[in-house]
Amino acid sequence: MTDFILRRLFQGFLVVFGVTTVVFVITRLAGDPVSLMLPLSASDEQRAAFAAQIGLDQPIWVQFLRFAGDVALLDFGDSLWQRRPAMEVVFERLPNTALLIAAGLGTAVVLSIPLGAIAALRPGGLADRLTTSISLLGLAMPQFWLGLMAIMIFSVTLKWLPTSGIGTPAHLVLPALTLAMTPLARFTMMVRAAMIDEMNTQYVKTARAKGLGLGRILRVHTLRNIMVPFLSISGWELITTLSGYTVVVETVFGWPGLGLTAVQAIQRGDLFLVQAIVFSIALMIVCIGILMDVLSKMIDPRIELN
Amino acid sequence: MTQARPHRPLRALLAELWQDKPAALGLAVILAIVAMAILAPLVAPYDPADQSILSRLTPPVWNDRGSWEHILGTDNLGRDVFSRLIWGARTTLTIGGLTCLIAAGIGTVVGLWAGFMGGRTDSVLMRLVDIQVSFPGILLILLVVGVLGPGMWTLIIVLSVTNWMVYARLVRSVVSSTRQTPYVEAAEVIGCRPSRVIFVHILPNLVSPLLTLLILEFTNIVLAEAAVSFLGFGVQPPDTSWGLDVASGRDYLFIAWWLVTFPGLAIVATVLSINLFANWLRVTTDPEEREKRHARTVAARRRRRGTA
Repeated sequence: MTDFILRRLFQGFLVVFGVTTVVFVITRLAGDPVSLMLPLSASDEQRAAFAAQIGLDQPIWVQFLRFAGDVALLDFGDSLWQRRPAMEVVFERLPNTALLIAAGLGTAVVLSIPLGAIAALRPGGLADRLTTSISLLGLAMPQFWLGLMAIMIFSVTLKWLPTSGIGTPAHLVLPALTLAMTPLARFTMMVRAAMIDEMNTQYVKTARAKGLGLGRILRVHTLRNIMVPFLSISGWELITTLSGYTVVVETVFGWPGLGLTAVQAIQRGDLFLVQAIVFSIALMIVCIGILMDVLSKMIDPRIELN
Repeated sequence: MTQARPHRPLRALLAELWQDKPAALGLAVILAIVAMAILAPLVAPYDPADQSILSRLTPPVWNDRGSWEHILGTDNLGRDVFSRLIWGARTTLTIGGLTCLIAAGIGTVVGLWAGFMGGRTDSVLMRLVDIQVSFPGILLILLVVGVLGPGMWTLIIVLSVTNWMVYARLVRSVVSSTRQTPYVEAAEVIGCRPSRVIFVHILPNLVSPLLTLLILEFTNIVLAEAAVSFLGFGVQPPDTSWGLDVASGRDYLFIAWWLVTFPGLAIVATVLSINLFANWLRVTTDPEEREKRHARTVAARRRRRGTA
């Protein structure tokens, strides 16, 4: 087990190194940070001073080593927009994103298990067809559109919930539900498929023949067995949510998390802040990946790395 | 059941598709959207960029203030929403198609190479794929757009570069498992050149899984393009895109619901139809799944006869 964790950590380290390299290549080699970050009116002396300040006058490998060293210390420089260290902004906005994701994915997990189980009890029945159709629809809807539709119906027309912002629990409802839709659809389909397979296994048939109640069969036999696939798919869903869905949902609802901040930073040409956010999220994704693998291995020791 | 297939394969296939009504509907909608995109200049009643201040923010035709001149209404600059939807289909399908082809091309080559060479090459290539998979997708797009500036080609290239890994993984797994089969070994033993082994013996096995993956990935690209364009980092204003139209309609959410609703519905219709059709295709091209489906229909027929 220790060997497993160590090897997985080493892999994670390689990935983080890869991310650092790619961020460096994109920002330093593909673009021109100086003209991107300084206003058009900046004089040549100001440009040269800024280039020297961020070390652009050094040879490229010195620049890379410096950059990697700064990254290791989580120092991405000062945000030009906020006029304070970029990581400070990241740490300030991170809890908002975490709250949104916890509420959204939590709702998806809690609802998907009963929904999937009910659909699987009678495949092809009314409940099954209803759940499957709604899930397919959920997978086809872009979050930004769903969010705007929700605002139109629940905020503009019915006036039940606020349109945007943060503060009260009521502000959390629409963004969290919008964020929950796609994962909920995917989880439900997955639970349904896995449950149908489980219900057809010999041991479940034996248990039913012995006269065990449905509740006990679900608790003792089927639900436990779908834990591993469920865990890995929710880890995957957490990663996609973190790396994409939150950006869109936060922008639609004006939710001041990392995603919205990244969008605003790009609009303001604040490269250091964008770098800090992209790197932090990549780091979180790597950690989640490692955590999920270790958890799966703890639940089911037969799992091997690759 | 399968006797008619060798004689009239297409008709038999269509008859089979007709059995699955949602999938047939899905295919019909996809074909309609593709036709609309190709024939956009002929089908669209107006130029998508034509502004007319006098008729701005006209609601759709079924509304009291609506008129037949603009079936789905007009936007804040008086541009025809329906015409913009038709031209938007063009953008979406072009970006989706090009991205899928580029990504699938790269992925297939890498996967074939890794699977065929095996050993060190394989593990290095697959480690690279691992690194890329852990990359935050949309955020990487944002980073690149932040540096290079937005645009359709930036979007196509970044989406291709971030999406080829799925194909590489699939191709590699199919190739490395078919390499072990007796007929590939036999071909190698009698002295076929590697290119012949790859193209004649291994590639045909890839067609069905690759096709299904391609179609499913297409929907992901459509959704990603819409999201990035919505954020303002994808397709840029003189061009039209469904995501872009939702973004510009957002400011009029309170007074003109149709501006946000219709482009969004176009996205939903496209993605849903493709998913329905792809699901049928996956089952149909996979012999094991086909058998299961056949068993289910037979069982259902027996049940119906029993109760009748």
